Amino acid sequence: MNNHWQPSAEILTLRERAKVLAQVRAFFAERGVLEVDTQCMSHAAVSDPFIDSLEVSYQPYPGGDTQSLYLQSSPEYAMKRLLAADSGPIYQLGKAFRNGEFGRLHNPEFTMLEWYRPRFSSRELMDEVQALVSEVLGQQHWERLTYRELFLQYVGLDPHTASIKSLKALLESQFDMPFSDDRKDTWLELVMSHLIEPKLIEPVLVYDFPASQAALAEVGTDSTGTLVATRFELYAGGMELANGYQELRDPEEQADRLQADDQFRGQNGLPQRPLETRLVAALEAGFPNCSGVALGFDRLLMIKLGLSSIQEVIPFAFDRA
Amino acid sequence: MGNVSSGQFKTGMKVMIDGDPCNMVEVEFVKPGKGQAFTRVRLRNLMTGRIWERTFKSNESAETADVMDRDMEYLYSDGEMWHFMEPNSFEQYAADQNAVAESAKWLKEGDKVMITLWNDNPIAVTPPNFVELEVVETDPGLKGDTANGGSKPAKMSTGAVVKVPLFINQGEVLRIDTRSGEYVSRA
Repeated sequence: MNNHWQPSAEILTLRERAKVLAQVRAFFAERGVLEVDTQCMSHAAVSDPFIDSLEVSYQPYPGGDTQSLYLQSSPEYAMKRLLAADSGPIYQLGKAFRNGEFGRLHNPEFTMLEWYRPRFSSRELMDEVQALVSEVLGQQHWERLTYRELFLQYVGLDPHTASIKSLKALLESQFDMPFSDDRKDTWLELVMSHLIEPKLIEPVLVYDFPASQAALAEVGTDSTGTLVATRFELYAGGMELANGYQELRDPEEQADRLQADDQFRGQNGLPQRPLETRLVAALEAGFPNCSGVALGFDRLLMIKLGLSSIQEVIPFAFDRA
Repeated sequence: MGNVSSGQFKTGMKVMIDGDPCNMVEVEFVKPGKGQAFTRVRLRNLMTGRIWERTFKSNESAETADVMDRDMEYLYSDGEMWHFMEPNSFEQYAADQNAVAESAKWLKEGDKVMITLWNDNPIAVTPPNFVELEVVETDPGLKGDTANGGSKPAKMSTGAVVKVPLFINQGEVLRIDTRSGEYVSRA
């Protein structure tokens, strides 16, 4: 008998899901953060080289010329345009889409909670992330470590000074990885995903990332004079749960990063897509000093309910959708 | 056979790695929010039994291996090879010591077993989860001792030595779990 009509999550789980959705909305309502629901479909695509957008075809009438639009991989660009238009603090709890991402912790369509706080430092936003997650998960043991401290503690290497060779050697002592990659960040990410992340069960806020992993975060120097991104990540339940920035405000730097991503895509055979130049224009018009964070809502629910796959917390996972 | 890209790897898939057919025991898609995607695979070499972990880049692929599991009947051993028959086609297959390995001690003539074929050659033999074998050698049974937990070794008709309760006698037929090698009950 074909059971594929059935949901991938149990109804009891979906009841819990609804409760947590309401809980999140109450949390922000109480703090005066405005809910927004920006469009899923955009004329521009995300620039991050390793995030692939889903492309959809728009037609003015059946059989007419098609136009490519892209499903948002996060509502970041649109929300920043709202911030530049003086929206004040905003949050969004909605769908995001990422091509090719399907596995125990990934579904190509998932629910993301993203919020922005004008005048908050990334430290203050970390406090708020902790407050929200604690409200959902209950009392937990929290830790805050710099990216360097995390690596030193778990693998005994300083990520800022370690060579590709030493990172590769560390990994190859446990895993067969017969490929080369001259991007140091790839090896740092592999150490993180293979050796560190699975051990981060209790919530850990990690900050001061290598400047090369800044994405849309401001870059500064830490107490040792190393260039670091004012970016933080929350790990819990052995997985990445949230990613936050002290947001980049400089339009020129923003334009440069979009171009650099696009160039990297070109050199590495990755699809090149329309860049969100309206974000640059929004920053030019004036963007508040602000911090923002995106949190995987489905994963938060997995931790709360003690479930091991994302498919168990969403009504119809990719293979049943 | 064709190639399969790492994004399509699934548990149970059979692929060629460094010249040997391997089974994917566990497949995990790994991708940091902003980073590159990888597929982390726990593999079992079907020739050697070695289990290890290998990580593939998203643009890597592997050649699929022509490996299949078939139910067959165990016929006999000639001392060097073990002979099996596919019950529908009556086609016979001979497996060597490497393929039969530890399973040899559970093989009883006429029993159904699972044969793993690679390019039509047997590379592994899996006995049924439960087999019924006769005790050919053990210390005399202790009458009345049916409740206490003591045990003693017993040699079965296939040569396997199994720990059995003290009350079991030579000549009895017992049900054995081949996965754990443990006595289950009298048959």
